[in-house]
Amino acid sequence: MSLIKVQDVKKIYNGGEGEVTALGGVSFTVNEGEFVALMGPSGSGKSTLLTMLGAMNPPTSGNVIVDDIEIYNLTSEKRADFRIEYLGFVFQQFQLIPYLTAAENIMLPLAITGKSNREQVQMAQNVLNKVGLGEKGNRLPNQLSGGEQERVAIARAIVNEPPILFADEPTGALDSKNSEEIMNLFKHLNKEGQTIIMVTHNPEFLSYVDRGIFIKDGMLDESRHSKKIAV
Amino acid sequence: MKLHNIALNNIRRRKAKMAFLVVGMIIGIATIVTLYTITGAMQTEIADKFDQIGANMTIVPQSDSLSMSYEGVNVSDVGGTPNFITMNDVAKISTIKNKENIATVAPKLLDTLKIDNKERLVLGIQFKEELKMKRWWKIQGNKPASSGDVLLGYQAAKGLNKKAGEKLQVKGKTYTVAGIIEETGNQEDSVIFMDLNELQTITGKSDAVSFVEVSALCSTCPIEEITMQISQKLPGTKVSAIKEAVQARKDFVDRFAQLGIYVSVIVLAVGSLVVLITMMSSVSERTREIGIFRAIGFRKGHIISVILMESGIVSIIGGITGYVIGMAAAVTAGPVIAQMDVSIPWDAKIGLAAMLIAVAMGLAASALPAWKASRQDPVEALRYL
Repeated sequence: MSLIKVQDVKKIYNGGEGEVTALGGVSFTVNEGEFVALMGPSGSGKSTLLTMLGAMNPPTSGNVIVDDIEIYNLTSEKRADFRIEYLGFVFQQFQLIPYLTAAENIMLPLAITGKSNREQVQMAQNVLNKVGLGEKGNRLPNQLSGGEQERVAIARAIVNEPPILFADEPTGALDSKNSEEIMNLFKHLNKEGQTIIMVTHNPEFLSYVDRGIFIKDGMLDESRHSKKIAV
Repeated sequence: MKLHNIALNNIRRRKAKMAFLVVGMIIGIATIVTLYTITGAMQTEIADKFDQIGANMTIVPQSDSLSMSYEGVNVSDVGGTPNFITMNDVAKISTIKNKENIATVAPKLLDTLKIDNKERLVLGIQFKEELKMKRWWKIQGNKPASSGDVLLGYQAAKGLNKKAGEKLQVKGKTYTVAGIIEETGNQEDSVIFMDLNELQTITGKSDAVSFVEVSALCSTCPIEEITMQISQKLPGTKVSAIKEAVQARKDFVDRFAQLGIYVSVIVLAVGSLVVLITMMSSVSERTREIGIFRAIGFRKGHIISVILMESGIVSIIGGITGYVIGMAAAVTAGPVIAQMDVSIPWDAKIGLAAMLIAVAMGLAASALPAWKASRQDPVEALRYL
């Protein structure tokens, strides 16, 4: 069943040097429970596409439909509500809040949901256990290794149990060992039913995903789309 | 985790920046508290001192016939059918309900006496009370010390050709010219001042008073109220407030209060600017962080709440500390700055007001940074593009 429908999405920026087409009409769907990699070279438009799927960046034309909701028909504030309910984000470079502990960072999306402190602490501990950091909830980000910070970022993205998890170059700042561990963690989450869309330029990670969507110069590169490759 | 936890954690983490903000707030609030309390205390003190200089009320016997005036006060029946206030009446002035507001009561007997073959205006006064009231008098010679002394107005001395220390014959009695009042340009210049009792005795008008000048402290009680109370105690008299004196005092005290307000407004504006700049800089430093909040799903209102909470917490700390420091400075340095013995009590209401002003200032100055923060585009904030 299609969870995300992207219909002829275009994004054109008006810059000092005239119009720049970041996306020139992209269409695809993502099914519930799929693990999809958005791939392409730098500047191809994959991060732009991710922010559009993430209800943060309205397209110039076209539709993005998630769970039958045309997200850009919503007001900016309703899209914020939509994000907290439907989406989890793992940003580039972890993007943890430096003055909050790992557990507090994880509880951030819960801070505006009206859940009690006790509930929040329990939910944060559950995801900390899930990402293998059960004992490190009280540490500040600068007291954690890069791999551990990435795990905290993933835990923060899934603590609200969102239907969709977005990850933008989640292993970009990690060494190969940590990258492999993180990809295994994503694979594990996907096996539990989590829909994941991940931006990466590393072709090795195609082995972890169900499908690779390639973008080049703002257009889908249909010739390189890949089906599931066994790990 | 609630929004206030985010605000508190940010304050804890950015100690230096927040300390700068708190110090700015403390300086602003402490200055306002110090100024306000010192000027407040000085206003009362100055008003009271001002009230003691010169009379702001006159009491004359009620009469249809008016034949003489002194310093703008119409005095009835001088030398004619007596229509006087008695010394007993004078004593009653100090028994009114607001007796603590009565600073000086100066009874006077006005008469004309033949001195040196010429009718001259003589005013019987209580020297001590009169000198307390007429602080602008500059006396050449000495202040009168006994009932055997007289004071001469400038023109009177000239007319009598007398100098300080010389003798003056009045109704067969010899008096010493203790001093001569320097020219004032008023009617005082042509008057011979002598002891009230003495004049009453030699004129045979024992116990008689032509009029009374009163200086009342009006900072805590309106002069109309005191006038009414005296009128009730002395039914046969006409009690009038000297409007010019009251207005002059009011104008002076109002100007003084205005100065305090102007300085406070300037300090408040500078304090607000410090908060505004610091919060703007803080928001600018946190662009990416605010972008994360927005990307996660925080509404604009949540972002505004976090920024305003931070500012509010800092303002409360700054307000309370500023009040304590401001009051301590006012209590210790107030008398030195004011150059007078002012009493500055610790007042919880001022503390509450200081805190409210600090919070209002903090929130007002943070409103723009908070609004700007809430409008940040998460995509741009995260520098995706």
